[in-house]
Amino acid sequence: MPKAKVYITLKPALLDAQGRVLQSALQQLGFESVQGVRVGKYLEVELAPNGDPHEQIEAMCQKLLANPVIEQYRYEIEP
Amino acid sequence: MKAGVIVFPGSNCDRDAYYALRDGLGYDAEYLWHAEPRDLSEYGLVIVPGGFSYGDYLRPGAIARFARIMESLREYAARGGLVLGVCNGFQILCEAGLLPGALTRNLSLKFRCKPVYVRVENADTPFTRRYQPGEVLQIPIAHGDGRYVCDGATLSQLRANGQILFRYCSPTGDLDDAWNPNGSTDHIAGVANERFNVLGMMPHPERACELLLGSADGRRLLAVG
Repeated sequence: MPKAKVYITLKPALLDAQGRVLQSALQQLGFESVQGVRVGKYLEVELAPNGDPHEQIEAMCQKLLANPVIEQYRYEIEP
Repeated sequence: MKAGVIVFPGSNCDRDAYYALRDGLGYDAEYLWHAEPRDLSEYGLVIVPGGFSYGDYLRPGAIARFARIMESLREYAARGGLVLGVCNGFQILCEAGLLPGALTRNLSLKFRCKPVYVRVENADTPFTRRYQPGEVLQIPIAHGDGRYVCDGATLSQLRANGQILFRYCSPTGDLDDAWNPNGSTDHIAGVANERFNVLGMMPHPERACELLLGSADGRRLLAVG
């Protein structure tokens, strides 16, 4: 059964308030090498074996999973 | 005048809005259940209320925008019907594409629940015509995701068209980051569509409709009849 792993993140131009706080927290914990943190969402979508999974996932991301105004997405599909 | 308040699972300002419309303004107010599409042409105003529709799953408003009533609302808005989205309602209207931009996490990451000041930026719309340009209103907010964002081209268009109806400000009407409760772009508290019949705003005018509630500044906004 094909499974899609979908990664959704805020567009690079947008300030990620959570990421900024995590960056600061990591630096305070001594991880001084941290140059930036971006927080996103990870989804696993299981699909029936029929149809083109890429086409389906693309449509799902466009319609619901991501908000194209503020987010970008990428996905991997495991057969 | 007939006025409707849409109710989603998780709406929690629907009763406040209903009370303001019925008891405050004397409208023939009615709840509109999200799962029942209907002809809204007789309504003079439809409010998409605040709350946490569908638990804010995925993103605030992401699921609610696909509710059956939204098809009816889209038709109603296309015909020029007045739509006011408050808080979660604003988020839903943005997700639905009825308003430009999006609402993201407050810069502070905190849920902000307090009275704020907003300045009337355009008093020549159905929602703001009872205010003076530049008038400062005190209206409460209550949200965790209220930082308005949009791309540069959209922002230029909003400014040029006068679609920014409210900006967060100081009690004397000055724009300052210290009085911007969520880090919103350009201090934006409320935006309208190009036809000015759809307005989305994070502050809750329905919670500022009588002095007993601390402010009556929101009342004129609902007086669209």
